[in-house]
Amino acid sequence: MYTQSMDVPSDEVSASPALSDAEASATFDARCARGEFIEAKDWMPAPYRQTLVRQISQHAHSEIVGMLPEGNWLTRAPSLKRKTILLAKVQDEGGHGLYLYAAAETLGTSRDDLIAALHSGRAKYSSIFNYPTPTWADIGVIGWLVDGAAIMNQVPLCRCSYGPYARAMIRICREESFHQRQGFDLLHTLMQGTAAQQAMVQDAVNRWWWPVLMMFGPPDQDSPHAETSVKWGIKRISNDDLRQKFVDAIVEQAAVLGVTLPDPGLKWNAARGAHDFSPIDWTEFWQVVNGHGPCNRERLAARVAAYDEGAWVREAALAYADKQAARQAAAVTPATERRSPP
Amino acid sequence: MTNQRDWPLWEVFIRSRAGLDHKHCGSVHAPDATLALQAARDVYTRRQEGVSIWVVRADQIVASDPADKAALFDPMADKIYRHPTFYALPDEVNHL
Repeated sequence: MYTQSMDVPSDEVSASPALSDAEASATFDARCARGEFIEAKDWMPAPYRQTLVRQISQHAHSEIVGMLPEGNWLTRAPSLKRKTILLAKVQDEGGHGLYLYAAAETLGTSRDDLIAALHSGRAKYSSIFNYPTPTWADIGVIGWLVDGAAIMNQVPLCRCSYGPYARAMIRICREESFHQRQGFDLLHTLMQGTAAQQAMVQDAVNRWWWPVLMMFGPPDQDSPHAETSVKWGIKRISNDDLRQKFVDAIVEQAAVLGVTLPDPGLKWNAARGAHDFSPIDWTEFWQVVNGHGPCNRERLAARVAAYDEGAWVREAALAYADKQAARQAAAVTPATERRSPP
Repeated sequence: MTNQRDWPLWEVFIRSRAGLDHKHCGSVHAPDATLALQAARDVYTRRQEGVSIWVVRADQIVASDPADKAALFDPMADKIYRHPTFYALPDEVNHL
């Protein structure tokens, strides 16, 4: 599970709270400052609502689209054990998407609208899922690095000021640890294997490392919504701080695994008490976010096809529910009005 | 296509184990009660989180208005004599 695009700007959001209700707005800000939770029916400024709908729905879309790169390997997992693990993980991603859609809907938007926004390309999802998964080692790296980065991003969201989102995140974080551990376990097993298997792991790490660092979002100075998101308790830790924390954690894990991270500039800085690393190519990030990554079209086409091809099922289920409801209504009308027994 | 309306929303309540209350845990969309239960089971109990599920149509729930919060709940704030800690008893019987 995977958030990143928390700070990706979108046209529909303005940065300043509505002035029409200054008093309510001040009360609201004070509640946020005291660390109170905001619930669905509470008054909230329109930009707070818009920011949350954008962030939670991007997050939900990321979970759903995130099923695709891994689903690619369900039929090709190398053993029954790995296949059942991967099935469980992909099912979790679907579940996480559903928790989050439900949380977004509490803000007064409909599931249909959210899905339509994804399918039309209006809504974003995490750029990381626009990269391909050509080898089995990619599945391990998604668990170790992609889910590892996601956990780093998501743990602070368990304390988000919006109650339904925070509760969904608690549920998600509880399940996410399995994802990261199975990924590390998969890679660790490969690293005990042949030279070719070890090379496959290193190749996958080389391809994923920079896109994973981009998952934390643009640098702090280029994050347009950060200030209000911090004020409202939506965002607790800045993109750059989370990214640094992630790099510091991963260096040690990479050593245990026996892989190198593809950055000659990566080294311990004793003065900072943290690792320095090379600058990130943000041109690539924005290209992928704006639809020009390696798999953007394929991913969206797969989602739209799944939705369209499932239309007859949704329709049939509704028709059946309507028929049952009609029968039940007929059964409770007085006996004298009944025409004939069913 | 003849029928494209959104499936209704159901709130999901789970009893995590015998002896505990059902607790709200989220919601699902489903066309009827049977499928709502099935969806709730798939979405909210993948790791044995429950032994019993309730699903309730969201539009059937009647809730208090947050605007009435003060009127409904503030009157209890000054009724501290309803709490056992209000009463200072002699040490010998203070375990009461």
